[in-house]
Amino acid sequence: MIDDIPEPAGLAGETATELSRSPEVVLEVQGVTKSFGPLSVLRGIDLTLRSGEVLGLVGDNGAGKSTLVKILSGYSPQDSGRLLVKGKEVHFKSVEDAAAHGIETVYQDLALIPQLPVFENLFLNHEILHFGPFHVLNKRKMRELTRQYLDDINVNVPNVNAEAAQLSGGQRQAIAVARATRTNASILLLDEPLAAMGARESRLIIDLVRGLASHRSVSMIIIDHNFAHLFELCDRVNVMQGGRITIDQLTKDTSLEKLTELMVSNYRSQLQAAVVES
Amino acid sequence: MATSVTSPAESQSSAGLPSSAGEAGPPQVGLRRYLWQLFVAQREVTPVLITIGLFIFFWIDSPNFLTSLGLNSAAGFAGPYGALAVGEVLVLVLGEIDLSAGQVFLLSPWIMYWLWQLGVPVGWAIVCALVVSIGVGLINGLITVFLNVPSFVGTLATNFVLFGLVLIFSDDTEATPVPGAIPPQTTAVAPHVGLFGQIIGVWEWSEILWVIAIAIVIQFVLTRTRFGVRVIATGGNLLGAAEAGVPVRRVKIMCFVLCSFLSGLVGIVDAVKYGTLDPGNPGVNYILYAVGACVIGGTALTGGRGTVIGAFIGAILIGILEAGLNIIGISTNDFFVYIGLVMILAMTLNGWLDRLAARTRSG
Repeated sequence: MIDDIPEPAGLAGETATELSRSPEVVLEVQGVTKSFGPLSVLRGIDLTLRSGEVLGLVGDNGAGKSTLVKILSGYSPQDSGRLLVKGKEVHFKSVEDAAAHGIETVYQDLALIPQLPVFENLFLNHEILHFGPFHVLNKRKMRELTRQYLDDINVNVPNVNAEAAQLSGGQRQAIAVARATRTNASILLLDEPLAAMGARESRLIIDLVRGLASHRSVSMIIIDHNFAHLFELCDRVNVMQGGRITIDQLTKDTSLEKLTELMVSNYRSQLQAAVVES
Repeated sequence: MATSVTSPAESQSSAGLPSSAGEAGPPQVGLRRYLWQLFVAQREVTPVLITIGLFIFFWIDSPNFLTSLGLNSAAGFAGPYGALAVGEVLVLVLGEIDLSAGQVFLLSPWIMYWLWQLGVPVGWAIVCALVVSIGVGLINGLITVFLNVPSFVGTLATNFVLFGLVLIFSDDTEATPVPGAIPPQTTAVAPHVGLFGQIIGVWEWSEILWVIAIAIVIQFVLTRTRFGVRVIATGGNLLGAAEAGVPVRRVKIMCFVLCSFLSGLVGIVDAVKYGTLDPGNPGVNYILYAVGACVIGGTALTGGRGTVIGAFIGAILIGILEAGLNIIGISTNDFFVYIGLVMILAMTLNGWLDRLAARTRSG
């Protein structure tokens, strides 16, 4: 049907040389495919992510973004193709597997426990315990480290004892990101981090993402269908269409208009191919 | 609405207060605010106030109330409800409910009794009864987690099954449980019963002390241990907790097991205390009071929030109400009307305090 998608438009020339000069590749996806019954959702995804890079992933509903994210986060395995983390091939059997390789997914509203205080959220499932058989929490230590860490990455919450329910959407998102990076995640998958956020809230997250990328070399893949958000957040944008990456561009080399144009022309040729086939 | 309550200066001084209160002397306003914040943040405030109110009312109305008899009778009512409520809080925090706990409370002494009849030593009979209680909790947990049956339905079903089993195996005849082979309610201390017997229920205060001890332990577990965090996380945001790696299924099953175990344990104490086993006594009676006690105490049925101390105080409240009405000579029939009204009052006050607390904290 739509197998005749043109070659990725942005991969040639300038962009490619730019990339080869950037730091080491932390995540590489090679020819990953995934089908659900007769429906093939991913048709050979190739993608690279470099250390400290923020990569945006756009695409319409059904383009396969969430399927790809599920594979990367260890939620479900791919049918074929390879995943390489820091040059070594990995096979994720579970979310914990992926986390063990430093890959964490941050879901916007799902991440935090509203009834737990900030510091317990930050340490959820990685609690600091007192010595002994009963797993007694060392709350003092956890509070202290929480303050310290949030300070380090410039996240301001009024009080680490406040329940997550009392935080704003942006603060909650920031805490969720902080939690993932605190546990040594080096690759973050963020799902629509700016959705439903006001300007001030967005600023908080944009600064946090940029800061983590540049100061802590955290690499991120941000999934969003809002182009404006992606241009604010990302170094590079990959566009997914029909189960493939069709466009790979550095944000500084392109613009909203150019990218949209590229996408539309891709769609047009997809449609034509489909028409020809039928 | 939230921010209009406090001035900017005030909110600044209190920004980090609950944690930093000890470090630097907070200004006067901050301290007062801090104490107020602390006060309204305690979910147990409502039941404590109501309990104290009831206590004073009954005391004034009938001086008999403050005698050992009155208190004992209050403790007698509060004991079983409290025991069940404490275990139930764990399950309620998950956003689940265990309706079979009351029946486990009644079943476990029967198991002990039957085994004792078969010649098993009392100690082992008790152990076996507790193992059966744990087994029931395990089944409840597995049904909820793996068969995806809502716990309200699943545990209601277990409740009926257990009730039926008790009726069948007891042949619908009353029995006298083991060390309480003495007439019930003899004296404060029955000297011919050994220490073991005294501890597991013969001594009139032993049941309520068991419940207090259990309440303290469970409160500690819920607020100070990793397991407690996991319970709250599972109840507060199931998906989020699972994403963070919390073994939510295991946590749920553990809570059902603990709830059932505690019910079975105190069930034995209670049976020994009263010295009779009545197969026709349905467990749902007990469990509904226990859930009532939890709710009065500030535990949300929606999960994520719960206080063991509150549940215990809720049980005391019901106990005092029941005993007090008895003592001042009001018909037991009226009790149900009062308990209903108190529940509505407590829930209203809880909601009001919640909003107040949220406002104070976000100010």
